[in-house]
Amino acid sequence: MLEVRGLRAGYGQIEVLRGIDLDVRGGEVVAVLGSNGVGKSTLNNNISGIYRPFGGAIRFDGTDITGARPPSIVARGLIQVPEGRRIFPNLSVRENLELGSYLRARASRAKNIEHVFAIFPRLQERIGQLAGTLSGGEQQMLAIGRGLMAEPRLLILDEPSLGLSPILVEEMFKLIARIAAEGLAILLVEQNVVQSLAIADRAYVIEKGVIALSGKAADLLNDPTLKASYLGL
Amino acid sequence: MIYDFPIIFSSVMNGLMLGGIYALVALGLTLIYGVLHIINFAHGSLLMIAMFAVWLLLETLGIDPYVALPLMVAGMFGLGYVLYKGVVGPMSHGEDANILLVTLGVAVILDNLALYLFTGDTRIIERPYSFEMVEIGPALITLPKLISFLGSLAVCLVLWLLIDRTDLGKAIRAVAKERQGARLVGIDVENIFALTYAIGVACLGAAACLLLPTFYVSPQVGNVFVIIAFTIVVLGGMGSFLGALVGGLIIGVTEALGGLFLGEALGQIGISLIFILILLFRPTGLFGGAK
Ligand SMILES: Nc1ncnc2c1ncn2[C@@H]1O[C@H](COP(=O)(O)OP(=O)(O)OP(=O)(O)O)[C@@H](O)[C@H]1O
Ligand SMILES: [Mg+2]
Repeated sequence: MLEVRGLRAGYGQIEVLRGIDLDVRGGEVVAVLGSNGVGKSTLNNNISGIYRPFGGAIRFDGTDITGARPPSIVARGLIQVPEGRRIFPNLSVRENLELGSYLRARASRAKNIEHVFAIFPRLQERIGQLAGTLSGGEQQMLAIGRGLMAEPRLLILDEPSLGLSPILVEEMFKLIARIAAEGLAILLVEQNVVQSLAIADRAYVIEKGVIALSGKAADLLNDPTLKASYLGL
Repeated sequence: MIYDFPIIFSSVMNGLMLGGIYALVALGLTLIYGVLHIINFAHGSLLMIAMFAVWLLLETLGIDPYVALPLMVAGMFGLGYVLYKGVVGPMSHGEDANILLVTLGVAVILDNLALYLFTGDTRIIERPYSFEMVEIGPALITLPKLISFLGSLAVCLVLWLLIDRTDLGKAIRAVAKERQGARLVGIDVENIFALTYAIGVACLGAAACLLLPTFYVSPQVGNVFVIIAFTIVVLGGMGSFLGALVGGLIIGVTEALGGLFLGEALGQIGISLIFILILLFRPTGLFGGAK
């Protein structure tokens, strides 16, 4: 479904990613791991068209989307829930969700809002509240809800558990597993390695701009190099 | 001299009528500021261009200003869109300081173009309804002033509905505060900038049609309004919609009462006084911090 080949990307003169190969197949949950500043969000934003890659190719459903603009990428159903939420603070919860279907799934907007509320009842209670006044956890729910409103075919989640309390982190992973069970393909970027690997089918570890390790999530969970270099175990 | 109630009342009425137009001009300015974070220095010149267009439509084609309103709104919208896409956007390179200078440049060009085309003369139009009077309580208001007031309110209402209710309006508000998030839901941010600029300029098309039956037009006429509109934008709270409307009405009334009590020449002092007073107690403006 998503094929990334030899992707090189960065900012100005600085090359952060130096040849990334990565695949997500239909219905799969794929985890991307790596230490802070290694370029995970850079990868996501190049896939989403926020930045233009230096080189390499990105294909989605067989179509080349390398360097395409975000509207055309969103229109294909490749949706990112970004790090830091990026919800619209001056809009109500309802309006935030509505804008999730700005380009896609417009006709089923009402139905999908109900769907999001079924997943996040907390959001329904705060439907008229300005998004900027939500708690951090609620904002994260809203960000994911907004992403789901587009009826994504592939959902990129960038650190969805960031800034959440341990209980909420657990809930968040359960929830991601639940969304995945509906058949949605997910590219999951996370710091919580063990929990991510527990719900992922496969995983990639980025180090120094390239994929240092990849494989089945279950295998990686027991991989000594991963434990040593990344988990510090 | 005794100022009895009817005189003051009719002065307040006249102030409100003018305030409606002020609000309309300020509305476009505050919308553009709220979303693009720039002060559109070309605003006054664009109003002047719109007023000359209304004047030309009447003089050459005999189209009444009120009939020309939809045409002018559409025309100014188009001009604003093209101006942003062709000049303001590309030349600003994403830097706000540049956009500011570019809009200032546009203003200089438009002003001189008008001087060249129309000379510095002041022109007025005359319509059959120009001096018709309407009685409101103890006050007599000319019909065009009343129409301009009601028309301004109507345009404000339409604009508010557009911004509050439609997807385009939501997208505009989203872009104002969270551009990256907007891109990720598929909003074409650059296009929203152009549309916002165009909507702000389209307000001037409406303002010109409502204004001309009671006002003059000359290449400098924009200055009369734009300085007051800047005052209103700051007074109402930068980027605040309601602030522009309420601020416009307050300034209109202040100007009229100032003129009544202090004389035409000193009337504008009242505006400065109100301005300073309000900002003293509310440094962010009347509705600052709101959308
Ligand atoms: N807009 C930018 N301009 C310049 N450099 C940037 C920009 N965004 C990120 N970087 C740099 O690129 C590198 C990779 O950043 P990125 O955000 O992709 O890391 P990350 O793997 O997502 O980290 P984290 O786990 O902390 O979120 C970092 O060194 C960062 O400083
Ligand atoms: Mg990151």
